[in-house]
Amino acid sequence: MPDLGPHAAFIWAAYAVTFIAVLALIVFIVQDDRRQRQLLAELERQGIRRRSAKPDDTPKPRQAKPRAGKQKP
Amino acid sequence: MWNLANPTRFLELADRLIPWLAALTFLLLGVGLYLSFFVAPPDYQQGETVKIMFVHVPSAWLGMFGYTLIAIASIGSLIWRHPLADVAAKTAAPIGATFCFLALVTGSLWGKPMWGTYWVWDARLTSMLVLFLLYLGLIALWQSIEEPGRAGRAAAILAIVGFVNVPIIKFSVYWWNTLHQPASIFRVGGPTIDPSLLTPLFVMAAGFTLLFFLLHLIAMRAEILRRRVNALRQVHVERAASA
Repeated sequence: MPDLGPHAAFIWAAYAVTFIAVLALIVFIVQDDRRQRQLLAELERQGIRRRSAKPDDTPKPRQAKPRAGKQKP
Repeated sequence: MWNLANPTRFLELADRLIPWLAALTFLLLGVGLYLSFFVAPPDYQQGETVKIMFVHVPSAWLGMFGYTLIAIASIGSLIWRHPLADVAAKTAAPIGATFCFLALVTGSLWGKPMWGTYWVWDARLTSMLVLFLLYLGLIALWQSIEEPGRAGRAAAILAIVGFVNVPIIKFSVYWWNTLHQPASIFRVGGPTIDPSLLTPLFVMAAGFTLLFFLLHLIAMRAEILRRRVNALRQVHVERAASA
């Protein structure tokens, strides 16, 4: 770690606040995006669709990719 | 260009752009942090506290840029009544507010060791605080009016009127005698900062700017989907009532 001199606490505090605020903003926006995708997919599953929607027009909720490696038979 | 104003085309473009933009953003921020902490020398007057500038200056730029974007989108929303303009304005507000907040807090953390105080009521700091309050007002307005069209129109008027504050922030250091230093980067005669400090600052600013666009794209996509969900629910309720 670099030596940040006598005012290191102020420098670390500035970067820590920036990191926390940006991370919170990213989490908030990405979670909201995922939630809206899920809600729309749920409505489409119930057969409630836009009149202009093509059959494959619905944004799919993102799912975790299956891990590579041994799989249960 | 007008094709992009179609929400469905916009969603397709956003889906393709977001992964690339995310990769480029985090690459630039990684390089920027490396340059800031391991390459940039201490300033001859500020010492190592100059490192705070690498997050403070981009945050302040984006705080003002976000509001400018909202004001331009609000004009599009009021004149052409285009839903994407309204979506762009609404979703830029929390992102701009966060960067504005960061500019205030990091500036304050720089001010204590350099000026001897966290805060002074000088024109630059006060006008930046007013910008933050305007952001909060816009967010509150969008949250408090249920009908999106009415909320959008009310917020657009506030955004356009409040835009008068942006040039005040920019020129406050020239119009009044402020503790905040005048512009040292974008000024007639070129920057007064040494290239060894200017390079990390520009890399961090590029990373922060891409982060703004990345988050704005994702937030716009979520807002378009939210409006579709609400519209579908309403249609469903109406169909159920008439059946």
